[in-house]
Amino acid sequence: MIEIKDLHKSYKMGSNSIHVLKGINFSVAEGELVAIMGSSGSGKSTLLNILGMLDEADQGSYTLDGLPIKNLNEKIAAQYRNKFLGFVFQSFNLINYKSALDNVALPLYYQGVKRGERMDIAMSYLEKVGLANWASHLPNELSGGQKQRVAIARALASNPKVLLADEPTGALDTKTSYEVMDLIQGINDEGRTILVVTHEHDIAQMTKRIVNLKDGLIIDDTRVKQIRALSNV
Amino acid sequence: MFDVERWQEIFETISKNKLRTFLTGLSVASGIFILVILLGIGEGMQNGISKQFERNAANILYVFTGVTSKEYKGLNPGRQIVMKNDDFSYISSKYQDDLEYKSSIFRIWSGLITFKNESGAYRVEGVWPDYQFLENAGMTEGRYINYKDQENFEKVVVISEKIKSDLFKNGENPIGEYIQISNINFKVIGVYTDPGGEREETRVFLPISTAQRVFGGANNIRNLSFTLEKKDNFEEALAESERFTEEVSSYLKEKHIIAPDDTSAININNTLEEAKRFYDLINMIKFFFWGVGICTIIAGVVGVSNIMLIIVKERTKEIGIRKALGAEPVSIIVMVLHESIFITTIAGFVGLIFSLALLEFVGPMIETEYITNPSINFSVAISTVFILIIAGAIAGFFPAWRAARIKPIVALRDE
Repeated sequence: MIEIKDLHKSYKMGSNSIHVLKGINFSVAEGELVAIMGSSGSGKSTLLNILGMLDEADQGSYTLDGLPIKNLNEKIAAQYRNKFLGFVFQSFNLINYKSALDNVALPLYYQGVKRGERMDIAMSYLEKVGLANWASHLPNELSGGQKQRVAIARALASNPKVLLADEPTGALDTKTSYEVMDLIQGINDEGRTILVVTHEHDIAQMTKRIVNLKDGLIIDDTRVKQIRALSNV
Repeated sequence: MFDVERWQEIFETISKNKLRTFLTGLSVASGIFILVILLGIGEGMQNGISKQFERNAANILYVFTGVTSKEYKGLNPGRQIVMKNDDFSYISSKYQDDLEYKSSIFRIWSGLITFKNESGAYRVEGVWPDYQFLENAGMTEGRYINYKDQENFEKVVVISEKIKSDLFKNGENPIGEYIQISNINFKVIGVYTDPGGEREETRVFLPISTAQRVFGGANNIRNLSFTLEKKDNFEEALAESERFTEEVSSYLKEKHIIAPDDTSAININNTLEEAKRFYDLINMIKFFFWGVGICTIIAGVVGVSNIMLIIVKERTKEIGIRKALGAEPVSIIVMVLHESIFITTIAGFVGLIFSLALLEFVGPMIETEYITNPSINFSVAISTVFILIIAGAIAGFFPAWRAARIKPIVALRDE
């Protein structure tokens, strides 16, 4: 599903250049649930941004589902993001003046789905994350866990190939974190490919594979026995 | 523009951001409101001042004669020159395309006018029907002299409001009554009022033909009075009136055998000096209000741009989210512009309607001396609204374009 070869990325900070990714080789098969771990500054968020086409690599190749991702202009990047990727962020990033349902429907709007159909699809995903009763609520009327579940529903709404989650439990307490992870595991069980960036070991243990980054290189890549989140709740 | 989905999205955004929408709209609406009211008052002042100046029609040419001061073709100086009816008829037919109003005047300096037991001394003037307009006299009752009166030597008279109140002390209706002018009966056919005030209202007007016949005037006339057709600008009016003055003067000098360089026999008083002040003042007022108007539009444009900048800044994160979810840059630009143009258009027209309504209903009630009927040219008002909308859109485009170019990760980091 994801093929990365010799990926480099550096940022200019004034006159200095910081080499963040120093040659990442990495591939993810369909249906995997991968945790990307590492301390802050290890390059894990940068990697995720490049995978999410929010940022571009300086060097190296990236293939998503057989499609080479390179020399993207903004328009094509936007189309690819819309079609292939779903994002879940640490800070939820819901649009605060839109109801939960409208937030979930937004990716479909950019796919050109008609309003009625859009709302039906959005509603079915809200049901899936257990928030059908909260459809008309604004984000600030929801708890953190609920917000993240809305965000997950939104990420799923466009039926993406890959779900990218950047610290999805970073702003949540342990119990809520596990509930969110349970949801993510459930989605993965249905066969969707999911990448989760996290620095929490217990969260990482709930995935099927842990990739450890340090100073811009993968130092460890192991498959783990998945711990079901529900058993911890 | 006719994408229903986008309209729905815009309406949703607007309805969820009522305060923002309201403030944007308020600044645009009040800008247009102030502009229209200002221009309306400017127009009103122009009307008011025009009215003040147009007591007499602005560009009257007034011909009067005196005594010759030079010997010419064997004729002695000191001759009294008297114009005749044919002078008037020649000039009025020769220049009939150039003249707006024309009248010759036969004047009896003072006549005793009596009605029943009341009497007074007033100036008696024989005039043509056009004289009403040369004097800017308004009729309060009855009618002015007409051509039929002239032809038939009718013994009819037009009196003023002042004379009416002097003579008709018991409040009788003067129309149809007979008054005596130097013991001759004249029938009152009308009452005029002169914006020049009481001093101008100490005159009665008869048909000139009657006046000449009854008061022994033969075919003598004392004055000629003309106005030329109005011109678009002062320079044209000036050139026209100078040409006319020159030609009439040389015609009369030739006809009455007066030396061409004799300046005292034929005098033509040109009120264009007065008119020049009037034109200058009107131009100043126009200039001033257009200046203020343009400044108001600039202020409005700056206001709209400012709000657009704030809106885009405030929505940076939202834009980042939308881009992460698959919004193309152009759709971001279109979204911001569509919303802002929609709001400015609605608000602009609301401001326009309110201000026009105010001018329409309150305007006629304003009756100060220097403001009359404030109003505004509708097409001017509409074009200012469009200028504001276009300027707002242009001013909004650049921040929208920049926002669309921000990398989504940068926008998402924005707190």
